Amino acid sequence: MRELMAELRKGVTTPRPERPRSTLTSDATAAESVQSEDPIRQPPEDTVFRLRDVGLWYGAKHAISDISLDIPVNRVTALIGPSGCGKSSLLRCLNRMNDLIPSARVEGTVEYHGADIYAKNVDPVEVRRRIGMVFQKPNPFPKSIQDNVVFGAKVNGIEGNSREIAERALKQAALWDEVKNDLKMSGLELSGGQQQRLCIARALAVQPDVILMDEPCSALDPIATLKIEDLIRELVREYTIIIVTHNMQQAARVSDYTAFLLAQEHGLNGTLIEYGPTNEIFTQPREQRTEDYITGRFG
Amino acid sequence: MASESVRLRTGGAVARRQLASRASRYLFLGATVLGVSILVFLAYDTIDSGASRLSLDFLTNYPSRFAEKAGLRPAMFGTFWLMLITLFSSIPIAIGTAIWIEEFAPRNRLLTIVKVNLANLAGVPSIIYGILGLTIFVRFSGMDRSLLAGGFTLALMIIPMTVIASQEAIRQVPPSLRDGALALGATRWQAVRHNVLPNAIPGIMTGTILAISRAIGETAALLMIGGFTFIRFDPGPNLADFADPAGFWAGLQESFTIIPIQIYAWSIDSRREFQANASAAIIVLMTGVMALNLLAAVIRERFRRG
Repeated sequence: MRELMAELRKGVTTPRPERPRSTLTSDATAAESVQSEDPIRQPPEDTVFRLRDVGLWYGAKHAISDISLDIPVNRVTALIGPSGCGKSSLLRCLNRMNDLIPSARVEGTVEYHGADIYAKNVDPVEVRRRIGMVFQKPNPFPKSIQDNVVFGAKVNGIEGNSREIAERALKQAALWDEVKNDLKMSGLELSGGQQQRLCIARALAVQPDVILMDEPCSALDPIATLKIEDLIRELVREYTIIIVTHNMQQAARVSDYTAFLLAQEHGLNGTLIEYGPTNEIFTQPREQRTEDYITGRFG
Repeated sequence: MASESVRLRTGGAVARRQLASRASRYLFLGATVLGVSILVFLAYDTIDSGASRLSLDFLTNYPSRFAEKAGLRPAMFGTFWLMLITLFSSIPIAIGTAIWIEEFAPRNRLLTIVKVNLANLAGVPSIIYGILGLTIFVRFSGMDRSLLAGGFTLALMIIPMTVIASQEAIRQVPPSLRDGALALGATRWQAVRHNVLPNAIPGIMTGTILAISRAIGETAALLMIGGFTFIRFDPGPNLADFADPAGFWAGLQESFTIIPIQIYAWSIDSRREFQANASAAIIVLMTGVMALNLLAAVIRERFRRG
C-alpha cells in the first residue's frame, strides 16, 4: 500500500505544506482510535462545516442519506466514490445550489461556522457569496476576461477598481501572466485549462471563505490538470477547499482529508463509508469497501 | 488463393433502398417547387398588375374617386402609428411575461394553466380580438375608433406569440450561465439581467419583429375596430405635436385607416381601375414586410457572431 501511495504522489510539483500530524502519532490518542476502529474519523482541527445526518431527496428519489462529517478549515477535503454515489449532490448542498432544483429537499443540518445555512432567515445569496463554486465544465460568461472576473464582485457590491480586482484574482488563480495583455478578449477564447482558471479567479474575486470544486479537472488535459492541482495546494493556505473527484490519484495527490461515499446499489441512496486523513485512507483503509474501491476492484 | 473481389457496387436490397431515398428527395423537391412557384406566380401577377401605378404620387396622394389620383398616404401614416402603438404596448408586457414564466414563477399548477392558455390564445382568430377590442377599448373605455384602440387591440393579438418566442429565446440560454452567476452570489434578478437577458435578446428581437410583421397585415380585427376606408387627412400626431404632449395624445386618438384596409377597399370596388391600386398597395406592404424580415435575419446574424 505504501508503494501505491508513493506511485500516486508522483507528479506533485508543489511540496506539501507542513501540517499538524494526525492523531495516530500521539500515544494516548493512538490507543483510543485503535480501540474505536470507527471508519469515520472527524478531523481535530477547527472546522468550517459540520454536517449532521444530512440527506437529500430529489422528489421521491433518495439521493444521499445520513452524512455526518466535519470539514476542517484551510485544508483540502476530497469527496470520492463511484459515479452516482451522490458526491456532487452533497457538494451542492453546501452552498444551497440544490435550491435551484424544485424537487430537491435537504434534511439534517449543515452548519457553517456554527450557523445552520438552511435556517428560515438565511439568505442563500449570502451563503453563496461566502461559499464559492467551480463547476465541472468551465463556464466562462460570454463577456471579456475582465468582466468575467469582476462579475461576482460587482453584483455583490464589492467596491474597487475593476482592473485591480481582476488583477488580484487572476494572479491568485495563476492566470495573470497569460492574459494580462488580453483582458478585453472574450473569456470563451481561452483554452480549457485557462477557462477553468478564469472560473476560479471569478470565484476568488468575491473573496469567499470556502471554495467548492466539482470535478474541476475532469474536462481538462493532464497538463492543465496538474496546473490546477498545484493551484489548489497554493490556494488552501488562504481558503478551505472541498473537491469532488472521481480520480483517486488526484484525491491522493491533492487532499488532506478524504471522504469515501458509496451507494449500496445503483439507484439507492449514497452514504458515507469512510472519512479520515488522506494518507490513512489510502494506506490503511478501515473498511473493506474502501479498500476495494481504491485498489480498483470496482467503480 | 485469389480472394473474391469485394462487391461494392449497389445491387439488390441496397439498390432498392437507394432508389427509395432518391425518390423521396425528388418528392420533397417537388413540394418545394410547387410552393415556391405559387408564390412566384402571385408575386408576378401582383407586380404586373400594380407596378404601373407605383409612383411618388401614389405614395403621397389621398384616396379619391379617380383611381389614377387615389393614393396611399393616409394609410401609410395610419400603419406607421398603429405599429408604433402596438410595439410600445405589447413588447414590455410580452417580455415581462416570458421572464416571469421562465425565471421566477414557482413551478405549480397555476403556471401550467398560464402556459396552456397562452398557447391557446396564440391560435385564436384575429377577428375575435377585433370584437374584444371593440368592446373593451372602443366602447367601454371610450377610446372610440381611434389609433389607440386599434393599437391596443393588435397588442393583445400579438402578445401570446411574442411571449412564446421570447420564452424560447430565454430557454436557449444554457443553464450553466445561470448557475455560474448564481453560484457567485448573484440574486435571481441579477442573474437574469446580466447573464440571461443579454443572450436572449437576439431571439426576443427576432420574435418581436416576426410578430410585428404579422400585425402589419391584419385587416379583419381593425375593420371591427372601425378603421375607415376613405379618409382625406393624415392620421396620428403630426410633426408639431412631438413638442406638445397634449397634441400628441390627441393625435393618437384620431380615427385612421391602414394599408391592408385600403387594399381591401380598393379590391372590392366595383370599378376595375382600382384593382391596379390594390395591387400597388400590396407591393408597398410586402416590401415593408420583407424589409422587417430582413432586419430580423440581420440581427440574428450579428448576435450569433458577436
